[in-house]
Amino acid sequence: MESTAGTFKENAKQALADAKLRDALAKLSDGFPVKRRDAAARLPEFDDLCDQAKAIKEHVLENLGFYLEAFEARVTEAGGTVHWCRSAAEARTTILRICKQAGAKTVTKSKSMISEEIAINEHLETHDVEPVETDLGEYIIQLRHEPPSHIIAPAIHLTKDQIADTFREKHSHLDAARNLEEPETLLEEARGELRRKFIAADVGLTGANMLVAETGSIVLVTNEGNADLTYSLPKTHIAIASLEKIVPTLEDATTILRVLARSATGQDMSVYTTFCTGPKRAQDLDGPEDFHVVLLDNGRTKMLGTEFHDMLRCIRCGACLNHCPIYKAVGGHAYGWVYSGPMGAVLIPNLIGLDEAHHLPNASTLCGKCEEVCPMRIPLPRMLRSWRKKQFEQEKTSFVSRTALKAWAALARRPWLYRLAVAAPIAVLALLGREKGRFRWLPLGGGWTSLRDMPAPEGGTFISRWHKERQP
Amino acid sequence: MSDARTDILAAVKAATPGTDDEARQRLADHRAGVIPARGRLGDKARVDLFIREAERVNATVARASSMAGVPREVARFLAKNNLPMNLKIAPDISGKTIPWTEQTLLSVEEGRADGSETAGVSRAFAGVAETGTLVLLSGPGNPTTLSFLPPTHVVVVAASEIAGDYEQIWGRLRAENADEESEAGARFMPRNVNWITGPSRTADIEQTLLLGAHGPQRLHIVIVDE
Ligand code: SF4
Repeated sequence: MESTAGTFKENAKQALADAKLRDALAKLSDGFPVKRRDAAARLPEFDDLCDQAKAIKEHVLENLGFYLEAFEARVTEAGGTVHWCRSAAEARTTILRICKQAGAKTVTKSKSMISEEIAINEHLETHDVEPVETDLGEYIIQLRHEPPSHIIAPAIHLTKDQIADTFREKHSHLDAARNLEEPETLLEEARGELRRKFIAADVGLTGANMLVAETGSIVLVTNEGNADLTYSLPKTHIAIASLEKIVPTLEDATTILRVLARSATGQDMSVYTTFCTGPKRAQDLDGPEDFHVVLLDNGRTKMLGTEFHDMLRCIRCGACLNHCPIYKAVGGHAYGWVYSGPMGAVLIPNLIGLDEAHHLPNASTLCGKCEEVCPMRIPLPRMLRSWRKKQFEQEKTSFVSRTALKAWAALARRPWLYRLAVAAPIAVLALLGREKGRFRWLPLGGGWTSLRDMPAPEGGTFISRWHKERQP
Repeated sequence: MSDARTDILAAVKAATPGTDDEARQRLADHRAGVIPARGRLGDKARVDLFIREAERVNATVARASSMAGVPREVARFLAKNNLPMNLKIAPDISGKTIPWTEQTLLSVEEGRADGSETAGVSRAFAGVAETGTLVLLSGPGNPTTLSFLPPTHVVVVAASEIAGDYEQIWGRLRAENADEESEAGARFMPRNVNWITGPSRTADIEQTLLLGAHGPQRLHIVIVDE
């Protein structure tokens, strides 16, 4: 996907002025976080499970080579094929080749962030293969030619009226006067349209929430059941996954599943959790005859052993987005690429480079809420700070902030000068503001005073008061 | 250009310290992690918990005292919901195990689903009380499409097959298919293991919960006590 991360500031400004987006994001704030909290509270073992889930992925990352080879051996033994791909381009070529070999005209897809990452849809389209997104949210944004705005709720930025308009425009073979006011009717229409596509599809392309080394299984988690129709109806099933999705055993997958849905939607378990192993067996009445796993690196191995290593534990639950004050204000599109929120701000610079994504690590208040709710205990704020440090070292921060930081550092290292530099302006401000007690405008303070008044200081600096009040 | 597999594995191994022994042992042991206490109950309480959790996620549950009682329960459910009396059933629960013909109102056909059916009936391998989850295995006698294409899905599960937690089901699966287990350990898995927790749903439109997104709108569970 083309990135617009470079214009984050402009994107964010636009987003803040979008009233419909604000309504949609307000609904998100009331929804997921509350449900997550309740689900966690209902399970006394939740915290222990998170600790274990984290330990599982830590162990996997330490033994990643072994597990990848074990996984490949099991897939092959079950009759499937593993395709190793270093880059997005290699993955696109591989998937297109499998589609062409299958003689595919239509490919149904269930939601996969990796497929967004490699922009497979555009690639298939230009080679006369029609990709059809089947997750309801993904289907809606595909019709609108938009990227997902949330890793688990891709159409969270849209209101039902916008969706109705899109359906009216794109489903032009249906009665123009039909009623599309209720979410139910929208769902029914999409279900009908997609039913025909499911039945007609030649290839089903899914992601994978996990890859199980013990059995060579891929794990698919959905609520709609679209992934299950995607793999069970066509002749060929392709699953695409990045290589850190590996877990050792079915028991390890189970531990992670216990925290995944609870963190994501606040469900105890998603409706459909499926373990697919190999192609259909000879006597089976349905299921795909060919099974392929496309194993993608695309920048992951470069993160191993670096300060961003821990990010590879991420299970894409979306909890850090749902709890992030910045995400909740600007939504996912402002981040300008496939991922968003705190996990996006850490991951995107790793995948597309700090030059393009240099604003993202600054799109955070470092309030720490993301780390607090992350089931994999990923230290997101620490990693955001690492990016900021790198930016400073590589001189990618603006001249103004670099100069200001240097000036501040010079003061902070000289306490007497610092005290003087703080006490003098405070005394002046206290004097000037003694009548009204506040300022409506301050030189260099426009960022603050354009939205609210600045209270006038009273009673000297903290340090002077500390010295005074500590005396018995 | 060297091959992608070699490159990726070389990069991974250069960056990771693990010794294969520990990982190999972990695969062989497949040890369970923390198992929530919630499911650790006596037989009756466990089935009750399963029912409560399944209903919480919008499934409906009925009980039959024996396999012979299943057709009557299914007919009653269809009539109550004004649904057509046609069933596509999994070969595993054909007339040999369940006397469908005794319910003359029902019209029953065996096989996989193709999208024209109004209701599918499957046989579950197990139930999990912890979250009211059904576990279905694909196979010649239990086609996967029956669980996803028809708008109504009926699942038959024996009370004795309802376990407290998922780990017990993995244990059962490994044990029951042990003769098929190769040295590598993968062969006990069928093509699909489907965990089903309630009927299909979506909240993609303004976070409004709607049932029956692509999969079935109704999930009806018949627990057989004997
Ligand atoms: S970083 Fe943590 S909270 Fe965010 S998506 Fe990943 S696992 Fe979930």
